Amino acid sequence: MKRIIAKQEHCIGCGLCEVYCLTQHSKSKDIVKAYNREKPRPISRVRLEVSKPISFAIQCRHCEDAPCAAACLTGAMHKDEKTGLVTHDPEKCMGCWTCVMVCPYGAIKIDKEGHVVAKCDQCADLDTPACVANCPNGALECVEVKH
Amino acid sequence: MPKYVIVGACAAGIGAVEAIREVDPAGEIVVISEEQCSYYSRPMISDFVSGKADLEKMKTRDDQFWQKNAVKALTGKKAARLNTAEHTVVLEDGTPVSYEKLLLATGGRPFVPKMEGQDKEGVYTFTNIADAERLAEKIGTEGAKSAVVIGAGLIGISVTEALTKRGVKVTLVELQDKILSLLLDPTASEIVEAVVRKAGVNVVPGQSVQKILGKPDNDAVVGSVVLTKGDQVPCDMVIVAIGVIPRIELAAGTDVKTNRGIVVDNCMQTNVPDVYASGDVAETYDFILNQNRSLPLWPLAVLEGKVAGYNMAGKKTDYTGGTNMSSLKYFGIPIVSIGLANPKPDPALEIMLSQDEEKGVYKKLVLKDNVIVGMTFLGDIERAGILFYLMKNKVNVKKFKDVLLKDDFGLAALPLSVRREMNLEK
Ligand SMILES: Cc1cc2nc3c(=O)[nH]c(=O)nc-3n(C[C@H](O)[C@H](O)[C@H](O)COP(=O)(O)OP(=O)(O)OC[C@H]3O[C@@H](n4cnc5c(N)ncnc54)[C@H](O)[C@@H]3O)c2cc1C
Ligand code: SF4
Ligand code: SF4
Repeated sequence: MKRIIAKQEHCIGCGLCEVYCLTQHSKSKDIVKAYNREKPRPISRVRLEVSKPISFAIQCRHCEDAPCAAACLTGAMHKDEKTGLVTHDPEKCMGCWTCVMVCPYGAIKIDKEGHVVAKCDQCADLDTPACVANCPNGALECVEVKH
Repeated sequence: MPKYVIVGACAAGIGAVEAIREVDPAGEIVVISEEQCSYYSRPMISDFVSGKADLEKMKTRDDQFWQKNAVKALTGKKAARLNTAEHTVVLEDGTPVSYEKLLLATGGRPFVPKMEGQDKEGVYTFTNIADAERLAEKIGTEGAKSAVVIGAGLIGISVTEALTKRGVKVTLVELQDKILSLLLDPTASEIVEAVVRKAGVNVVPGQSVQKILGKPDNDAVVGSVVLTKGDQVPCDMVIVAIGVIPRIELAAGTDVKTNRGIVVDNCMQTNVPDVYASGDVAETYDFILNQNRSLPLWPLAVLEGKVAGYNMAGKKTDYTGGTNMSSLKYFGIPIVSIGLANPKPDPALEIMLSQDEEKGVYKKLVLKDNVIVGMTFLGDIERAGILFYLMKNKVNVKKFKDVLLKDDFGLAALPLSVRREMNLEK
């Protein structure tokens, strides 16, 4: 499986990863529409973590022993043993926030309008996740890891 | 003789099946489940009542789950007796089922105190899908306009929200002075109470229901309740949501040791060889209180079931423990509350607070010797998991305490040593 690695020394804290993630996870896939018009509001699943002078972008680590999947009250959060990815099915999700409580990275976003959670899916439709592909400084990297 | 027998197949039982199959792909597993479909999300029964979810949505595993895991599932069957000397469970219809390893994952049953009138039509408990179906059916009928919910804990709040969404006028009666008192301190509780009242719920703290009276024209049907102080509240339904008690009846009368729940060690084994217990029925390790106790929570039941399963299949595994930990979504206020969130005054504890009334945010940390032992996050919970990590791993936060409750607290604010520990840094 792939893991997205943040390279703190290259991150300038511009936040473009969040912009491209949000757009990729919108219906229109258009930056302007995604930010201004879409309802429910699309959500970025990557988060720029800043504590000056440190900054880096973080998204779901697709943990090996995923606490969110073990804790999920509905089976919506699921560790796929074949791909190693932790997937989330919004149709099953009841928005109980149990996964949010147990994610050590605070990597799960709350979609208040949809009453469900949202998190990184490594852009299943793309070869390279949008945040990685669009970071102008090469501060995000996709590496192959064993699972 | 089946190698593994599991009684009860919800959170803990399913966790055990999956763990056994990770270790032992072939050993015969027999599951005995009173409920036809047992692998539904119990916490979702309130969404069933409000109309947001049906049984299909509630299923936590797909319908081929038994098949895929090569489980012989005896569904709709109740285990009636246990004979540990003969390694046998006897079903209600008399059929004996022998085991090499047994897991008791029988969960809890609702606690219903003795009340005059409790047998009347219109009195409900709220712990399983059958309860939810009965209640939903009642709400659909003419003359089901008001309800009294007894108990303002997690389950009471969840059913109150569901009833409110269905247009039922609810009176929420709670013996303690505050709602959600096992989870929240008075400040947090008052914030929630204000929102619950705003949604139209009549909250009555500090009282209980003395007796249930019938309707003037039909005494067999719920018509009102009489509260401790004598007030009479008219209602068409009464929902008893005081709490659950471990279903230890299979262990009772055997040599399996029980307190309130079944006593287990860190491998989920009871004092009797080859007999394990997990989930709401067992008393398991609380890493904050450093003692075993009843902690009826879904994520813990799953983990405990897994630990039992691994050990039953021969892979020695220790349970790392849980604590009182809940997240709540009800009435639109996200809440995470863990551990000693509402401790008695104690000079050894340090309390950190932050509140933004306008934003509806309240955050609290309880520290002992610079380690987080309790927390409540209300209104803004997305970073709560990071703090739970620090709590669970007993990280000394002395050097970075001041950042923990800041609005912009995040991973970058953690010291390098912690970020390394979390694999965020080489
Ligand atoms: C309304 C509600 C809301 C909740 N919300 C939350 C929440 O938000 N967060 C949280 O963490 N937890 C929540 N819980 C608690 C959670 O559902 C339980 O902790 C969890 O279901 C425990 O799992 P278990 O497998 O131990 O037992 P159970 O889920 O109780 O399952 C036990 C199973 O065993 C069967 N059984 C019992 N005895 C026998 C027998 N003799 N023979 C055959 N079968 C038997 C029962 O019928 C049942 O199917 C909630 C519970 C309720 C009722
Ligand atoms: S959501 Fe959090 S806990 Fe779950 S896999 Fe991702 S990083 Fe791990
Ligand atoms: S919020 Fe959704 S994904 Fe998270 S634990 Fe609850 S049901 Fe599972």
